[in-house]
Amino acid sequence: MGLLTFKGGIHPNDGKSLAKEQAIVSVLPKGDLVYPLSQHIGAPSNPVVEVGDKVLKGQMIAEAGGFVSAPVHASVSGTVKALEPHFNSTGSKVPCLVIENDGEYKETEYVPVKPLDEMTKEEVLNVIGNAGIVGMGGAGFPTRVKLSPKEPEKIEYIIANCAECEPYITADYRRMLEDTDKLVSGMKVVLSLFDNAKGIFGVEDNKKDCIAKLEEAIKEEPRMSVKVLQTKYPQGAERQLIYATTKRAINSTMLPADAGCVVDNVETLIGIHTAVVEGKPLMERVVTVSGDAVENPGNFKVLIGTNQQELIDAAGGFKTTPQKVISGGPMMGFSMFTLDTPITKTSSSILGFIEDEVAKAQTSACINCGRCVEVCPSRIIPSRLADYAERHDEETFVKQNGLECVECGSCSYVCPAKRPLKQSIGSMRKIALANKKKKA
Amino acid sequence: MNENYNISSSPHIRDKVTSSNIMLMVVIALLPATIFGVYNFGVSALINVVLTTGTAVLAEYVYEKLMKKPVTIKDFSAVVTGLLLALNLPPTLPYWMGPLGAVFAIVVVKQLFGGLGQNFMNPALAARCFLLISFTGRMTYFVYDGVTGATPLAELKAGNAVNTMDMLIGNIRGTIGETSVIAIMIGAIFLLLMGIIDLRIPGTYLLTFVIFITIFGGHGFDPQYITAHLCGGGIMLGAWFMATDYVTSPITKTGQIVYGICLGVLTGLFRLFGGSAEGVSYAIIFSNLLVPLIERITLPKPFGKGGEK
Repeated sequence: MGLLTFKGGIHPNDGKSLAKEQAIVSVLPKGDLVYPLSQHIGAPSNPVVEVGDKVLKGQMIAEAGGFVSAPVHASVSGTVKALEPHFNSTGSKVPCLVIENDGEYKETEYVPVKPLDEMTKEEVLNVIGNAGIVGMGGAGFPTRVKLSPKEPEKIEYIIANCAECEPYITADYRRMLEDTDKLVSGMKVVLSLFDNAKGIFGVEDNKKDCIAKLEEAIKEEPRMSVKVLQTKYPQGAERQLIYATTKRAINSTMLPADAGCVVDNVETLIGIHTAVVEGKPLMERVVTVSGDAVENPGNFKVLIGTNQQELIDAAGGFKTTPQKVISGGPMMGFSMFTLDTPITKTSSSILGFIEDEVAKAQTSACINCGRCVEVCPSRIIPSRLADYAERHDEETFVKQNGLECVECGSCSYVCPAKRPLKQSIGSMRKIALANKKKKA
Repeated sequence: MNENYNISSSPHIRDKVTSSNIMLMVVIALLPATIFGVYNFGVSALINVVLTTGTAVLAEYVYEKLMKKPVTIKDFSAVVTGLLLALNLPPTLPYWMGPLGAVFAIVVVKQLFGGLGQNFMNPALAARCFLLISFTGRMTYFVYDGVTGATPLAELKAGNAVNTMDMLIGNIRGTIGETSVIAIMIGAIFLLLMGIIDLRIPGTYLLTFVIFITIFGGHGFDPQYITAHLCGGGIMLGAWFMATDYVTSPITKTGQIVYGICLGVLTGLFRLFGGSAEGVSYAIIFSNLLVPLIERITLPKPFGKGGEK
């Protein structure tokens, strides 16, 4: 039998060998810690501390600003220095709490943990919500909300997104190898919320050692299984992962729960374990620092709020000044003009590239070769949709299923004319979605 | 810490394949047929190829200069057009006719409609048909080894016996690049291996054509007759190099299959029931016109469709 997969997709140079063999190293912050109030999808959190307040590590410094929101916790002990705007990874200036680190890492008194089987589902959800857990693969959707579908008894699969299909990133890979038990424990917590669900670890077949480790770790877990996926981008995109593991297809108007699925990535499940089993809120994560411009690529466990430049320093700095620095993967990450931005809950990697391939590429006319159609996981026609977008023809764009785009960027990657297809489609999609909301 | 790194929308990596690479591959794939044509027909074929291809590139350059547009001759697309046109000309053509066709292909069919990617008809074939209508006598005058006569395909239509082995190798009458099936297939296999073309269009085209002539050809399933049809005229050059032209074929996968079927049926119709023995060029440019319609009815079903709320 062939490996599980979806139709379409690409095989870019994965660059993972740069950091793959580097075990996770903990890095302590040197400078101030900066916490954006919005590190998630939904309402920004509201500060509950004042400038000048002393705070302890693990103390909540901003509370959830609504149902779809998440609190933020201090990852060091120290003094609240400011509430001021800072650049985040996407280049926006956003309000942030700044904490001066006293270097003592004195921890707050956590609420004592109860064994999982003595907790009600509501209690588990509250712990996850209060710990500030959000989707740490990049989307940042508050996990408590994700784990509270309307009909929890209809959820049949909890899928751990262990694909890590973005090139260069190896953070999840190291986590799977080094923290296998925590990952399985996180899955156990989520399964306790859904009585009819099975747990699936979807791992790409380029991570054979992870597959072996996970299979060993779940031997005694009848509700869990490991499914081996073909190594292909975007195997870890939510819809594609659901399809590959369960053969259920959802579109832009549906949620995974509509197909009886909940998807969480590796780092998120480990966060859930830390919150429910160890009783600690979300304060740290593993970040890959890689790319050809980085002296010693590696995987680092860092406190949220740490300045990204410090992480580059931890990796030995740059060999030469890179042309491009990316937060996240090269396919869907954000290019940053400065490294003076904090690590947030959704930062999975920092990549530095000596040469910017995009700046080098000359855009020419579309030759209708159909490569974008071939690779599109949403099975739409990127080249035509980009034409409609460039002509601001919103009606045709929507009619020809432009809203189904998942913005994976595979079309832009393969285009021989080097057209910025994803960029055009993505911009039009934002406009069309906003107009759709207005009409509704 | 105040470095200003480059900013752009994701993705931040790009595949190495470019449009010019692709066009260059097509030129390379056409070389076996070109070289065989020159070897087969001699120096007049060579002069025709050089003049026609050169004029195509020059026409593109001059037009773009005059219109103050960016010059795009480095993308090799004009080379492909010129070379394909040349391969579709009889080797004995007066030397000014090929270049005239090249100017028509580049200026009228390609540039007036907006340049690369915008033409709705294959420029080389449109130019061939333009020459065929304007100079029917010269365009259907075929000589081999100093002997004037009908092409094997015309002999076949007249009910005469033909030598299929000669047709496979290519030492027969015909246009410069269409006679050798072997030389064409070397190029086609190269394009298939490089992933430039796939089997959808040529496969359905040839299969449909075979089925059509089996039913309507009056010979039933006669391998000798079918082989002669497949090796004669421009069907191989057309199926592998011109029906697969990206710009003038459907972008949808189902559309490519529908397009292949149209080509097979039309070629069969023209060859069996038309006035001339040949019908590939007209079948292809006629099907080019159907492409927008084909695409409209073959819009793919997006992933997860049918489950909306």
